[in-house]
Amino acid sequence: MEFEKEVKYLTKKERRKIPLQHMPEMAPEIRKDCFDEVTLGYSLHEAQMEAARCIQCKDPACVAGCPVGINIPKFLEEIVEGDLDSSIDTVWDKTALPAVCGRVCPQEIQCEIVCVVGKKKGVEPVAIGNLEMFIADWARASGIKNNPAIPPSTGKKIAVVGSGPAGITVAGDLAKKGHKVTIYEALHRAGGVLLYGIPEFRLAKDIVDYELDALRDLGVEIKCNQVIGRTIDIDELLEEYGYDAVFVGVGAGLPNFLNIPGEDLNGVFSANEYLTRANLMKAFDFPNVDTPIIAGRKVAILGAGNVAMDAARTAVRLGAKSVNIVYRRTRAQSPSRHIEIHHAEEEGVNFHFLRSPIEFIGDASGRLVGVSCQVMELGEPDEGGRQRPIPVGDEHQYIDCDLAIIAIGTSANPLLTNVTEGLELNRWGNIQADPKTGKTTKDKVWAGGDITLGQATVILAMGMGRDAATSIDEYLKTK
Amino acid sequence: MYEVVAREEMADGEIVSNEILAPQIAKKAKPGQFVIMIANERGERVPLTMAKVDKEKGTITVIYMVVGKSTRLFSSIKVGEGFRDVVGPLGSPTHIEKKDGTVICIGGGTALAVLHPITKAYFEAGNRVITIVGARTAKHLILEDEMRAVSTEFHICTDDGSKGYHGFGTDVMEQVIAKEKIAEVVAIGPVPMMKYTSSLTKKHGIPTVVSLNPIMIDGTGMCGGCRVTIDGKTKFACVDGPEFDGHQVDFDGLIRRLQAYNLEERCSDNEYCKLND
Ligand SMILES: Cc1cc2nc3c(=O)[nH]c(=O)nc-3n(C[C@H](O)[C@H](O)[C@H](O)COP(=O)(O)OP(=O)(O)OC[C@H]3O[C@@H](n4cnc5c(N)ncnc54)[C@H](O)[C@@H]3O)c2cc1C
Ligand code: FES
Repeated sequence: MEFEKEVKYLTKKERRKIPLQHMPEMAPEIRKDCFDEVTLGYSLHEAQMEAARCIQCKDPACVAGCPVGINIPKFLEEIVEGDLDSSIDTVWDKTALPAVCGRVCPQEIQCEIVCVVGKKKGVEPVAIGNLEMFIADWARASGIKNNPAIPPSTGKKIAVVGSGPAGITVAGDLAKKGHKVTIYEALHRAGGVLLYGIPEFRLAKDIVDYELDALRDLGVEIKCNQVIGRTIDIDELLEEYGYDAVFVGVGAGLPNFLNIPGEDLNGVFSANEYLTRANLMKAFDFPNVDTPIIAGRKVAILGAGNVAMDAARTAVRLGAKSVNIVYRRTRAQSPSRHIEIHHAEEEGVNFHFLRSPIEFIGDASGRLVGVSCQVMELGEPDEGGRQRPIPVGDEHQYIDCDLAIIAIGTSANPLLTNVTEGLELNRWGNIQADPKTGKTTKDKVWAGGDITLGQATVILAMGMGRDAATSIDEYLKTK
Repeated sequence: MYEVVAREEMADGEIVSNEILAPQIAKKAKPGQFVIMIANERGERVPLTMAKVDKEKGTITVIYMVVGKSTRLFSSIKVGEGFRDVVGPLGSPTHIEKKDGTVICIGGGTALAVLHPITKAYFEAGNRVITIVGARTAKHLILEDEMRAVSTEFHICTDDGSKGYHGFGTDVMEQVIAKEKIAEVVAIGPVPMMKYTSSLTKKHGIPTVVSLNPIMIDGTGMCGGCRVTIDGKTKFACVDGPEFDGHQVDFDGLIRRLQAYNLEERCSDNEYCKLND
């Protein structure tokens, strides 16, 4: 739909007529063979048209729906006005990583689900996530960084353990207050799950690198190859290294296994291992890089969350002939974002719902050849109201596969918490932290992100990081 | 960069030792722990157990057999150059204590690099230590003097009889077991050797510690690639190990998993050799 005049001069009535602006995407046949980003981003005109669909509610539900409370109507109207500098500032006021959030946040259950525009039958809500991606990409393309003038140094030092979204947020916020921040990261490259978990085709790694560079510009030092709890302990950071506070954002890096027979066969991987090989170690480029990966001709993915979709779509790109998602519940119960399921289907991934893996089958040399599944149906709802899958007699389905990837979630990694005294954990092994401030039971130590929440989301990790940074800053002022 | 400060070749260059400047790691390292090393930007993450640690100089020493592309790359790094990444110390340290009875430390090949600091620690804890070392040939025997220096009794075995006893270390071990009360056996070497040793000691009811070397990536419990089956349960060698009760290890499973990338590795090594010919 085209108008004669610039978008900003449209009347309210004209604005209402604008249809949803679809996100341009690379065609499935092409993207199946490469790791390039699938979403191509709006043009300025598309962005302005989409932003103009917002009716500027007085009491915007979307802001309440956003875990970090971005002033959504404001940044959208600034896009419409063409005042992109103000728009990105409005976004940065609440989130440090809009280019990431615009791509990976589950907007459809946060801000977009409550959008009033979408309440009308047959009308889509405003594509807030796409617009967040647009404005952040514009800033990056223009070389603008979220680096305000830094107040004079306070002389206080903070150690941040882990360089995922929680750690990045804490580091940025505290550096902007004039504190000296050092990030300690266990892997040889920073970024957490954004780097080693979420694939390039969903989140280009140069976006993550750009954000890390912006942190360095703020004076944050990032030290890799530092496993806290092994290389240095938290108590050493506080006592010997003289940090005034420590933030722990080590994520939920412990893959769950199914504990079924045959799980140690060659060809059975955790999603963490498979994705780490592919993303962090760039094994798709083997033998130009030294880390190999089993490409798999027929692949079974066990689980149906975001991680499962990422693994499935990675397998497609590595050349698998058939990729099968096996999930013990139904499509409607899948914890994955709908867009991921949609993208996976477009790329030829098959779905087998109500199938519960019970055994991996191997050949004589210990290589995986298939997985046997129990057929399930939905039974009575559990306490949470979710219908529980129950076996249908002894009906089975056998799925041929030479590669199986287990993507049934992760738990808290005990490496650091086991050796740190005074840090209380909940019964799942997650660090206990005040939900408002991130303060742990240990003096001078805060925590946030997946290590406190269990496997959650990027935006929740960032939100907790922000709260913790505020609390740490207040604490440092009293000293 | 983690600088190589000294480099030594053994067994006609088949085995290489690198002393690397890594003060943080040296300060913390305990016997039995390992590091993960990456040669360069494109390199893979390779776990190697530390053979020596010099806390004063702030260096660690690793010893490896040049067998594939990565170790070939490692061995091409000269003194003054360095590794892109070294991270550690990883894994749980060996549990060292004064035992009620003799300790046998048995090992072979490059694994002697792993066995040496553990033998030393047992010896220094006041144990009577009988060490049995094996190698294919005399030429392949490493750390002979170092091992002898930390052993109450010392035996050498070679497969071809070129030095010491002609035959397997386990033969010598059986003779020792027949003569005195053994409190513990520490067996570190190729997987089939650890498997066989453990099966022998199990018959005699002697507690046995082995050190496992599965394929690893992160070394922090994040990927599960290093999983091994211990007493029917899945354990992660990088955090729960690398040392385990030899009587409970599923060695066949380990052997199988170690071969997972044989094809890919050979291909990578061939490419590399072609390029560097
Ligand atoms: C494949 C995959 C896809 C996902 N997709 C989405 C999505 O689409 N949308 C969404 O919102 N969320 C998604 N998530 C979840 C999201 O990535 C996480 O919730 C988020 O990254 C958590 O952030 P964090 O900062 O707590 O931890 P992480 O991102 O896990 O970062 C923790 C960092 O700490 C480091 N570390 C761990 N232990 C130590 C130690 N002892 N010392 C030093 N450093 C240490 C780790 O190496 C890591 O770099 C996905 C997760 C995965 C795995
Ligand atoms: S090496 Fe990844 S979990 Fe052990």
